[in-house]
Amino acid sequence: MNNRLLLWQRVLGWLALLMVAADVYFVFFYAPTEKYMGDVQRLMYYHVATAWNAYLAFGLVLIFSILYLWRREERFDHWAASAAEVGVLFTTLVLITGPLWARPVWNAWWKWDDPRLTATLILWLVYIAYLILRASIEGQRGRRIAAVFGIIGFVDVPIVHFSVQWWSSFHPQVISSQGVNMTGEMVVTLVFTSLAFMVLFFFLLLARVNLEKSAAAAARLEERLYSAD
Amino acid sequence: MTYLAIGTLVVWVAIFLYTLSLASRQRKLQQRLEELSNALDDKR
Repeated sequence: MNNRLLLWQRVLGWLALLMVAADVYFVFFYAPTEKYMGDVQRLMYYHVATAWNAYLAFGLVLIFSILYLWRREERFDHWAASAAEVGVLFTTLVLITGPLWARPVWNAWWKWDDPRLTATLILWLVYIAYLILRASIEGQRGRRIAAVFGIIGFVDVPIVHFSVQWWSSFHPQVISSQGVNMTGEMVVTLVFTSLAFMVLFFFLLLARVNLEKSAAAAARLEERLYSAD
Repeated sequence: MTYLAIGTLVVWVAIFLYTLSLASRQRKLQQRLEELSNALDDKR
């Protein structure tokens, strides 16, 4: 394993643990109770923080996929695939926290006529398909196809984000062209939660990249071992 | 259990389980790397 990556992974791991622990105070005690939705609105902090970091994850997939297709260096594929996997985890959390927040507020788990919900579900399916594609086609061909898929898949990220404005959806917006729809304490909590999840994201990303590098090293050793026979 | 409690639990349990899964996969790979290294040394 790369020692520098491992060091950063450990530093980020401890920092994430501290920030997440502090975030419990912000989400459950510092942030006020929303006057119309009540305590269930606190799920918004996790919902929005995981969504923003999922955007970050898929943005990294885009960048590393382009770099891989351009430079054909295996390490870019490792970073892209690792970001995709953590991005799928975060998108899964968006798709779970959203309905849990929506059920008591909208009296519905899911609304198919809300374009943001549908676009987010598509985003989740696209990157699951990326991971399946990459795992099922071996070698450079699999990595190239996955990279193309990762680049095309990113098209859905701005669709998810701007769907509320483009199709005049009733999906709650914390930040809109009219300004910020929250109190100061809520803004502070949302920013801190997003930062805590971002540190957590980078910790998980580095751990996943180290796993890819170890798997690649094992594959190289196996090749040497069996070609020596 | 409230929706808030369920949501919070799901978020942290999912992240915890994913972290554990990464650690377990890494341990298995490290073992495999050691075995392959030893096998290559034996071949030489």
